[in-house]
Amino acid sequence: MTDLAQTRLAPFTARSPRIEPVPLVLFLVFAAAPFLAPLSGAEGYVLSLLTRVMILGLAAMSLDLILGYGALVSFGHAAFLGMGGYAVGILASNGMEDALVQIPVALAASALFAAVTGAISLRTKGVYFIMITLAFGQMLFFLATSLAAYGGDDGMTLSSRSLVAGATFLKDDRAFYGFTFACLFGTYLLSRAIVASRFGRVLRGARENPVRMEAIGFQPFRYQLLAYVISGMMAGLAGFLLANQAEFISPSFMTWQRSGELIFMVVLGGLGSLHGAILGAAAFLLLEEFLPEILHAAGAMLSSDLQYRLVENWKMVFGPLLILIVLFARGGIMGLLGRGRPDRQEG
Amino acid sequence: MTATLFLIQTLNGLQFGLILFLIAAGLTLVFGVMDFINLAHGVQYMVGAYLVAAFSAWTGNFAWALLLALPTALAFGLLLEVLVFRHLYDRDHLDQVLATFGVIVFLNQAVKFVWGAAPLNVPVPEILSGSVEIADGLLYPVYRIAIIVAGLAVAALLYVLVSHTRVGMLVRAGATNPQMVSALGVNIRRLFMVVFGFGAMLAGFAGAMVAPILSVEPGMGDNILILAFVVIVIGGIGSIRGAFLAAILIGLVDTVGRSFAPNLLRFFLDPATASQTGRAIAPMLIYIFMAAILFFRPSGLFPAKR
Repeated sequence: MTDLAQTRLAPFTARSPRIEPVPLVLFLVFAAAPFLAPLSGAEGYVLSLLTRVMILGLAAMSLDLILGYGALVSFGHAAFLGMGGYAVGILASNGMEDALVQIPVALAASALFAAVTGAISLRTKGVYFIMITLAFGQMLFFLATSLAAYGGDDGMTLSSRSLVAGATFLKDDRAFYGFTFACLFGTYLLSRAIVASRFGRVLRGARENPVRMEAIGFQPFRYQLLAYVISGMMAGLAGFLLANQAEFISPSFMTWQRSGELIFMVVLGGLGSLHGAILGAAAFLLLEEFLPEILHAAGAMLSSDLQYRLVENWKMVFGPLLILIVLFARGGIMGLLGRGRPDRQEG
Repeated sequence: MTATLFLIQTLNGLQFGLILFLIAAGLTLVFGVMDFINLAHGVQYMVGAYLVAAFSAWTGNFAWALLLALPTALAFGLLLEVLVFRHLYDRDHLDQVLATFGVIVFLNQAVKFVWGAAPLNVPVPEILSGSVEIADGLLYPVYRIAIIVAGLAVAALLYVLVSHTRVGMLVRAGATNPQMVSALGVNIRRLFMVVFGFGAMLAGFAGAMVAPILSVEPGMGDNILILAFVVIVIGGIGSIRGAFLAAILIGLVDTVGRSFAPNLLRFFLDPATASQTGRAIAPMLIYIFMAAILFFRPSGLFPAKR
């Protein structure tokens, strides 16, 4: 009983007050980037790339919350990106352009979708869970393609970014960067608090051994469902940001390939550390962005025709690279940094 | 008129279901016997279609192209097994999903590299071109009938192979309890390879069969892969019988649903809303169907493992 009583305290006292270097450096880099970006000579490009990294980092982190801490392999997480995105698109085209309306709607829609699909999906285990979340993701994807009034297959362009209480400050790329940073940092702190709390411990306990958790009087289902809802809402927020950044929304936000990429980001960064997922998203997106350039440089001694073909087909290098990472870099980036979790979880 | 349309859509659904079965059969065996999630199974279907396109351009004859494509698809499947998949059998599902995802990225780009991004067309073989009258004033393409016949033939062949041969017995035993089969002195790795190669060839065969009626293009396997997963999950992982029934069900529900959902809704809604809602619901039907089945039977209709 003493243990239980102890965990009822404020969540932050439950973990050591030591400040970890990896997330500290990570967030310092994000915070300093807008001030350093002008030095690169391509400020707009750097900012938009990093904004994208942070948005998908937020989505990957939300997935890590259930994948890393709950061993729930959701293969339909991109659906929540779409929920958030379409909340922006549909509300904006009906005249409600204010983020103060859009964000709550995006969160509520994601929460509702997560609650309904989660309640059904969590009845299944293992592979069946992967497949049923995939099915729900596909369902939403096809729903979006049939929304003829909102662009159908082709998606729709937003007339502008969302307003905030009537003000247009998100139109400025730097301000939008700051807003995204605040969202990422806020959800990161919240996730840390969740993971360290009693709730987080029950979630991890259910991952390790659901039968024992039940035996000591917890119902894993309720904890997992709540975690699924929280995770879905965070991904919905990321969807809101993604639609605003691109000023465009289409069903391609929620293809199953996108869900696969999100899982990849989490695993690449290292399961179950939250900031690992952000690092994984950064590594994935930067690799995708710069691999063609790297190949261009690597192919310098080839004839220009061959060099061009190499760069054009960069995915033929990217694919095998993904395979090699899975085969040889176990524990992901956090594992390489020596701070990964020592044990790997059954997926 | 509606009756003939219904008949045509039922035949189309049957044909689609049988193609799905050809893909799902290999997938469910690989999944059931090796406990291995192979996302790259869809690209093997794509490779089959490309192979038949390439060989029929080369030989000018569909039958020869098919004869050449099948062993090539088999060899290609085995090559992938040796290069990549073999190293993933004792990893967790998450790693398998990711590594085979990498294979998809690579192969989708590789076919673009070799054959270009533009869709290829394969001519329908001459003997099987044209249509026949299957009922009063109802014409149906011969080639589609040929697909149905071929699909049923392969299903029958699979039934005999799995239920009445020694290898089939080992496969069934492997799907139920691989450790025990291995302990009884069967080389389980070699069994895996046989199953894997055979599954790849079936997927390639499905791709080859649909090449004349669909456009052969990069990424064509991605969506059908998801449908094949829906099939094996509904049917119960590792069960050929389940895969067969689920494939036919999914084929029918999807095809018939797409053309009749708007009509059915017209009984409840005004025509404009009905056609719009119908178009929205139709592609979601199979996923709703799958969710419903998993809700009541969390391990599918015919689970092989108990």
